[in-house]
Amino acid sequence: MPSNTNRPPRRGPMGGGRGMSVPGEKAKDFKGAVKRLLKELNKFKILMLLSIILAIFSAVLTILAPDKLSELTDEISSGLTVNTDNLQELVNITTENLNEERLKEIIPQILDINIDQNTLNYILSNENISQQDKLEFQEAITDMSNMTDESQIYSIISSLPESILESLLQSTNLNGVEISSQDKIALLKSIQNIQDENLSNIDLPESIQNVLFSQFDMDGVTISPSDQYEFLKIMSTMSDSSQAQELYSKLDQMPESIKTVVEPFMNIDDVKKIAITLIIMYCSSAILSFISSLTMTDIANKFAKSLRTRISKKINKLPLSYFDQHSIGDILSRVTNDVDTIAQSMNQSLASLVTNIVLFLGSIFMMFYTNWILALTAILSSLIGFVGMTFILNKSQKYFIARQEELGNLNGHIEEIYSGLNVVKAYNGVKDANITFDKLNQKVCDSNRKSQFLSGLMQPIMAFIGNFGYVAVCIVGALLTLNGNISFGVIVAFITYVRLFTNPLSQIAQAMTSLQSTAAASERVFEFVDEREMSDQKQATKRLDKSKVKGNIEFDHVVFQYENNDKPTIKDFTATAKAGQKVAIVGPTGAGKTTMVNLLMKFYEINSGDIRIDGVSTKYLTRENIHDLFTMVLQDTWLFEGTVKENIVYNRKNISDEEVEEVCKEVGIHHFIKTLPQGYNSILNENDSVSAGQRQLLTIARGMLEDAPFLILDEATSNVDTRTEELVQKAMDKLTEGRTSFIIAHRLSTIKNADLILVMKEGNIIEQGNHDELMAKNGAYAELYNSQFQL
Amino acid sequence: MFKLLKNLTKKDILLAIICIALIIGQVGLELKMPDYMSEITRLVQTEGSQMKDIVQNGAYMLACAFGSLIFAAFAGYFASSVSSNFSMRTRKKVFDKVANLSTQEVKQFSTSSLITRTTNDITQIEMLVSMGLQLMIKAPVTAVWAVLKILNKGWQWSLATGIAVIILLSVISILISIVMPRFKIVQKLIDRINGVTRENLTGIRVVRAFNAEEYQENKFEEVNNRLTRQQIFNQKTFSVLQPIMNVVMHILTLFIYIIGAYLIKEALMTDKLAIFSDMIVFSSYAMQVILSFLMLAMIFMMLPRAEVSADRINEVLDTDITIKSGKVKENKTGEVGTVEFKNVSFKYPDADEYLLKNISFKANKGDVVAFIGSTGSGKSTLINLVPRFYDATEGEVLVDGVNVKEYDSEFLFNKIGYVPQKAVMFNGTVTSNVAYGDNGKGEISLDKVKEAIKVAQATEFVEKMDDKYDEHIAQGGTNVSGGQKQRLSIARAIARDPEIYIFDDSFSALDYKTDYILRKELKKYTKDATTLIVAQRIGTIMNADKIIVLDEGKVAGIGTHKELLKSCDVYQQIALSQLSKEELENA
Repeated sequence: MPSNTNRPPRRGPMGGGRGMSVPGEKAKDFKGAVKRLLKELNKFKILMLLSIILAIFSAVLTILAPDKLSELTDEISSGLTVNTDNLQELVNITTENLNEERLKEIIPQILDINIDQNTLNYILSNENISQQDKLEFQEAITDMSNMTDESQIYSIISSLPESILESLLQSTNLNGVEISSQDKIALLKSIQNIQDENLSNIDLPESIQNVLFSQFDMDGVTISPSDQYEFLKIMSTMSDSSQAQELYSKLDQMPESIKTVVEPFMNIDDVKKIAITLIIMYCSSAILSFISSLTMTDIANKFAKSLRTRISKKINKLPLSYFDQHSIGDILSRVTNDVDTIAQSMNQSLASLVTNIVLFLGSIFMMFYTNWILALTAILSSLIGFVGMTFILNKSQKYFIARQEELGNLNGHIEEIYSGLNVVKAYNGVKDANITFDKLNQKVCDSNRKSQFLSGLMQPIMAFIGNFGYVAVCIVGALLTLNGNISFGVIVAFITYVRLFTNPLSQIAQAMTSLQSTAAASERVFEFVDEREMSDQKQATKRLDKSKVKGNIEFDHVVFQYENNDKPTIKDFTATAKAGQKVAIVGPTGAGKTTMVNLLMKFYEINSGDIRIDGVSTKYLTRENIHDLFTMVLQDTWLFEGTVKENIVYNRKNISDEEVEEVCKEVGIHHFIKTLPQGYNSILNENDSVSAGQRQLLTIARGMLEDAPFLILDEATSNVDTRTEELVQKAMDKLTEGRTSFIIAHRLSTIKNADLILVMKEGNIIEQGNHDELMAKNGAYAELYNSQFQL
Repeated sequence: MFKLLKNLTKKDILLAIICIALIIGQVGLELKMPDYMSEITRLVQTEGSQMKDIVQNGAYMLACAFGSLIFAAFAGYFASSVSSNFSMRTRKKVFDKVANLSTQEVKQFSTSSLITRTTNDITQIEMLVSMGLQLMIKAPVTAVWAVLKILNKGWQWSLATGIAVIILLSVISILISIVMPRFKIVQKLIDRINGVTRENLTGIRVVRAFNAEEYQENKFEEVNNRLTRQQIFNQKTFSVLQPIMNVVMHILTLFIYIIGAYLIKEALMTDKLAIFSDMIVFSSYAMQVILSFLMLAMIFMMLPRAEVSADRINEVLDTDITIKSGKVKENKTGEVGTVEFKNVSFKYPDADEYLLKNISFKANKGDVVAFIGSTGSGKSTLINLVPRFYDATEGEVLVDGVNVKEYDSEFLFNKIGYVPQKAVMFNGTVTSNVAYGDNGKGEISLDKVKEAIKVAQATEFVEKMDDKYDEHIAQGGTNVSGGQKQRLSIARAIARDPEIYIFDDSFSALDYKTDYILRKELKKYTKDATTLIVAQRIGTIMNADKIIVLDEGKVAGIGTHKELLKSCDVYQQIALSQLSKEELENA
């Protein structure tokens, strides 16, 4: 039996460590392995397709989202730009009211100055007006009579005393607007400013505003004369129209109606609409990918489960020779680690591979669709980064491998020293061990530092690539925006695209490496599943009934050779065991004793010759039938984790507790079992206080419970001390009564009373007979026997 | 954990501080970038901006990005230096400690557990230190710094970000609290799957002989079903995380934009643009904040595992060495090759019962002293007191007239050739295995090795090997058979030329004939040496000068074979169970 040397590597509850990308081993035939894997996955085809389609939809939604986001940004940024068209139009319309011709026409209408004789008389005869004022007025009239220029006339009038003006400018009604004389005076005083379109320092009364400006509608907003006046008044304070910031601050002072027309317009309803669309997109993308991963989880785990089942069933179909050549650790690691790798990478990598490829291609498509210049910029700039990263990755690969190797060496050394600690100490090997340890430890430290540094570098480099792409897109995008080729939203969209484009690349790379190790793992799993099974049993046409077998066995010129050996282990074995006989097989190590038992149990197929039970060739009996006829107890104290009772009853049904106790009493283990905390229900596991001898007694008890016509004891008592052995022997003798038994033993004392002793050497029987006969012969047996007393 | 971190040297701490400074610098630069981003945004949005301003800001931003890359690279370098140096030293410490542990302490831990503690557990800690130095510092620094930067930019945005962080953290903590305990169950089930498979494999003959294939398969299937169910549950539960994370992050961005839209709408014309660029910047800061919280959450997921590892390592480091080397380095008494037990009793520290009680005997130079008794009678323990694998609880063990506790252990070991029951082979060659160790007499020559191999009856098979004495021996000696290993291990003791041989049931894997010849040759070769033998077979010890019969830790008889046959019941029983009366008398 191959000893278990490779323990499966321990795994933490969360799988491997993060950040340490250990290079996966490569499959021998990657394509073949993947093809095979896909073939095995055939029954999950529809579900897988569903999962992949969902993943694709989810990815497509992810790609479309930035486009929507760009719309949203555009909508918001439209809330930043002043409506210059309206602004210009406003300026045009309002200043139109103040142009020369119109003023010429309207001002006299407003003022309605009437300097006729009546007025003159009225003023001059008015006692409320002082003499002084009257004089001034007369002078002014004289001056005016020579003048034609209106503005000069207005300026002279405006300089007249208040009392005069009141009389001159009577309140009138123009176009339904009542204009008081006070208002007229105010206008008169501002005429010069109005003509210069400089409204900043003056204050026109409302009535004047109403007459000067006429109300109009713009974009459905009514702009009142006073608002227009206010607008012009603020605009006239602008020093330089090119200063955006100044314009913005002036705009903030504008009347509501003007603001409404001129200020940036953001349609908040549109914003809401886009936002809702986006939320729906994000959520449905998430839900789709969630369903996709749920489906994938189901597939992956069910597939893994079916693989494990197949391996477990396969174990029992393989010929024993397989296990001679393969370590237990190897098979174990296929059941757990390899299957786990497959399941994990199916669960994570496959879906992510599909998603990321879609994201990658989709983002390229969307980029070119949106703007090819920016697309090229984004792709080129990230490509430069990726070339650099690939370079580093390739460089670092060897450090990762070195790290694994060095760590393996160190761990090997530690294992070796720890497990042989007593010898190491007793031979003063600690110093040497320390030197080796330090050397290996230093190497691990060095390769650790390098590989950790390099693997730690990946993430910052990725971030840099992202930023580089961002800046490139921003600059080129800004250039395009300034030239008016694209909107700002496009830049925002591209920033997301750059991320969507760079992320998948590294993810795809990661998925590919994990696909590599998956291929390698599935190769190993399928290699095991495809392993040649034991020959079929078609020719097994006969059946021996357990209760009717007499117990004769004949070995007829049996020849057997292990598959990988160059010479036969059993050469020409001929012997007959009669019903009820106790047959012992002795001989030096390697003589083929255990092999004979294996052949008898049909664990291996003999090459030539024949073994007959009651005259029936075992060729015509099924393995199960033969196993049924034999009880076998081996040197290996094979117990499993379970209660004492479970271990003794094993797979048999309808065994009462009394029967179990009975057997245990016979082999002398009953008392010990009773001292265990839970008696027969105590759980047995590896590191228990049950000694090797006690374990052996338990397996003997298990064997004795089987009521079969044949008994095989292969070194069954080698682990118990000789005194205990005697007890067992007695019990066993009782058991072997009437049964044909085969006993292999190291200790010759065990087999002295055998009916037939077969002395084997190099696959042959060199002597046979009972103890006395063989001793008398003074041959090989005698020599073997006597050697135990010599020193 | 912190206790273990005390192992950092001053240099490590200095490097760690530099590393922290670098990371703070890196974060600073990283967080500076959005400022340039906002400047670029503003420039692009404003009419009449100069292209050169945009390029300039872009260049600044790239400079920041590159600077942060450089800082990160250096920080990474220092962090990996610190972590790998730290793990190297810790590993060395554990290794040294284990090398000084007594057999009993090793047993308490179990060898395989000690191996895991020296390898996997330290790797676990190393990863935490390396990641911790970077992420554990970076995450909170980023979080705090970014929060400070965005705090005054608009409480509405901060509120949205805060809510997003809370949602994410609560989702993660709920998931962890659901899944974490179940991960442990999965681990147990995987062990169980392994166990059932191993059981089937190791017992393949028994399984087949009992026609129990179906029984095993059903057993496997039951565990397989449970494992699959549990795995599916765990993975499905956990697969909620990714979509939720995506949705929360995307929707947060969206909300920042929507809030921005409202703010811009309400704002004065003068403030609009500022708010817009704030919005863009905020959304990138908010991502930083969220990501750093996610990082923190991840570290917290790692911490408990590392904590367990740290505890396991500390357990080893804190173990007191019970067996300390003495000072005697020369023979004082003039006695050579004597071993004497004076009223020796032994029990494990926590045990109630004595394993050995009141053992007294003396072996003189050249004597062969044999120990026999049934399983559990204490023979191995007794013999292990001589090389001090255990120390006697009471009484004295004297070698050459000096208590073994007083010897410098190296000096004591040089007197002894110890052959264990289970042969130990080291990775190397036949020669390196036989010439293993140091006997204080200089290097062991090849001739000596060959001679030892010859005495140990190993010449025949060694010479049959392809490379003979240079044949490679795999770790644990997996490429040689049990009997061959045992003979090489005996040769190793012979090559040492010790004063005292200790054979702890070392002949068990040999057949009678080889056993016999080997003992005969050995006797010839080691005439002057004292030999202590533990054996099961009467034949092996019959001719010893002194046979000590042990029964339940007490001496049941001392004498020669013939004397004991007459006087000692226990011996008689053992002898009779192996040989017939006539044989015993004839011998």
